Amino acid sequence: MSCSASTAKSGGKWEHFAHDADVGVRGCGATAAEAFEQAACALTAVVTHAEVEPLVSVEVECEAPDLELLLVEWLNAIIYEMAVRKMLFGRFAVRIDGTRLAGTLWGEPVVIERHSPACEPKGATYTELKVVKDPDGAWSAGCIVDV
Amino acid sequence: MDPGRFTQVDATTWRVDPWGAMRVPAIIYADENLIRDMDNKVYDQAVNVATLPGIVQACYAMPDAHWGYGFPIGGVAAFDPDRGGVVSAGGVGFDISCGVRTMLTGLAVADVLSVQKSLADSLYHQIPAGLGSRGAITLDALEMDAMLIGGARWAVERGWGEARDLERIEEEGCMAGAQPDWVSERAKERQRREMGTLGSGNHYFEIQAVAAIYDLAVADVFGLVQDEVVVTIHCGSRGLGHQIGTEYLREMLVAAKEAGIELPDRELACAPINSEVGRRYLGAMRAAINCALANREILGHFARRIFAHFFPNCDLRLLFDVSHNTCKVEPHIVDGRRRELFVHRKGATRAFGPGHESLPAALRMVGQPVLIGGSMGTGSYVLVGEATSEAKAFSSACHGAGRALSRHAALKQWSGRQTVDDLEKEGILIRSPSMRGVAEEAPGAYKDIGAVVAAAEHAGLARRVARLRPLICLKG
Repeated sequence: MSCSASTAKSGGKWEHFAHDADVGVRGCGATAAEAFEQAACALTAVVTHAEVEPLVSVEVECEAPDLELLLVEWLNAIIYEMAVRKMLFGRFAVRIDGTRLAGTLWGEPVVIERHSPACEPKGATYTELKVVKDPDGAWSAGCIVDV
Repeated sequence: MDPGRFTQVDATTWRVDPWGAMRVPAIIYADENLIRDMDNKVYDQAVNVATLPGIVQACYAMPDAHWGYGFPIGGVAAFDPDRGGVVSAGGVGFDISCGVRTMLTGLAVADVLSVQKSLADSLYHQIPAGLGSRGAITLDALEMDAMLIGGARWAVERGWGEARDLERIEEEGCMAGAQPDWVSERAKERQRREMGTLGSGNHYFEIQAVAAIYDLAVADVFGLVQDEVVVTIHCGSRGLGHQIGTEYLREMLVAAKEAGIELPDRELACAPINSEVGRRYLGAMRAAINCALANREILGHFARRIFAHFFPNCDLRLLFDVSHNTCKVEPHIVDGRRRELFVHRKGATRAFGPGHESLPAALRMVGQPVLIGGSMGTGSYVLVGEATSEAKAFSSACHGAGRALSRHAALKQWSGRQTVDDLEKEGILIRSPSMRGVAEEAPGAYKDIGAVVAAAEHAGLARRVARLRPLICLKG
């Protein structure tokens, strides 16, 4: 799954949606896991439009009572790794097992001159939080991120 | 927002009487144009806050209110612990103790204009700003805890500030009741290398000219002189505060359910003040307040260092340092009785009026400086707290211009490069690692700050003292 294009091979895609002060991120895909991967792409695109090289991988795990809360945990796990490692991530792989998520992030240290980071996400929120499966079987997953 | 949804009390007071689950009214202070420009969600969120247990008197929204998380940004609400009152992580927000400090330089605008470009470049190279920037300070576990307990006092003791600053900072630079043990290791890890960093988004480091004085007597007490230069820093508790907000919001979702609190919105997650989670959050939040106070003190120290290079005899004195996102225990008179209340201010500034016992002697006669942030292009304001503010909104005022357009909409309308060039023609130098960030923060994306402060003044929350015009702005 790559953030360098907004549309993945499987038809997954991400988008931003408007909020007064911050920004909404939403991922779509054939499975909940793919929608989560795409939502992560949308999160990275809040920060930079530049290419992010997949030089380093980081494993994260999280758990929550339901899929919506799991999305927030997933995005917050990425925000945490971005903050403490001073990295950006451009590729994501997600495995969801019930209410547990195991994810892999691939990325590189921030290069301010090349990535020109526009802002720094503070946290994913429960505002506009939705993880849904459409009648046609497609999943979407999104929420507002405080920046 | 349709003004017809409110009962208009006067030109700047709009009221929603309790309906449904509301325990108290919701009151918005704004003029009709500001109300019309507000998102409908401000109404919804103010009404939702008014349903929380133990809320006292009313839920208030300031003239710069906009759609937030649970609470509107610009929301004020006080809770009584003896009446089942709650503390809400969403009512404080992710950027705990985000706030503003203004420092007086005593320099004339002409002095600064003679080195404007070099000074702007120096700020850009020496103040760590934006994602990926690294501060020069790394804290080990012991120093982290010392910082979380000591706040700006800790910074001063380590040589990153001056002792005389402390009386000009809320809580005299050190919030009592901080509990580093209730701050997670993840929150501490997020902060280990972030002291003395500015952050991004609406945070800034600005060199400003005093462009207008509205109240000469108070300006004189504050040390504000027409056409002199001040330094204003807007930032908060960085990653530590963000992580505390994230973690306790999650925990309070469970705590609220266990306490039988019906949440109209998950972002209103809260816990009874007199509960184990409530007490832990307050201890962690107070530690985050100290982190923000220490961070702004260090950035102020950097300002002194940079100015000393250009102006060796310059003496930067702190006018005041005040926070926007806090929950503070304060005595307030309600129904004729003095009560200790937990006042949540989210995107609102404490605005103590004249004579308040917590103000330093030099300011007590006139009231607390209320520092109102602008955008890169529009001016900022210094106000003074009014005696009437206590009855109006638990001694609170607005905090900034407030966004009028989303980042998304701003990006469609402006380019960062063009914004920088346009502002340079107006004599304002912008420095930022990201042109997209500049576009998202374009001055036009913010409300008319003049209208916001005029409404605050008319409503009796705070009175205008001076307007500040940017000369140099560093954005993260």
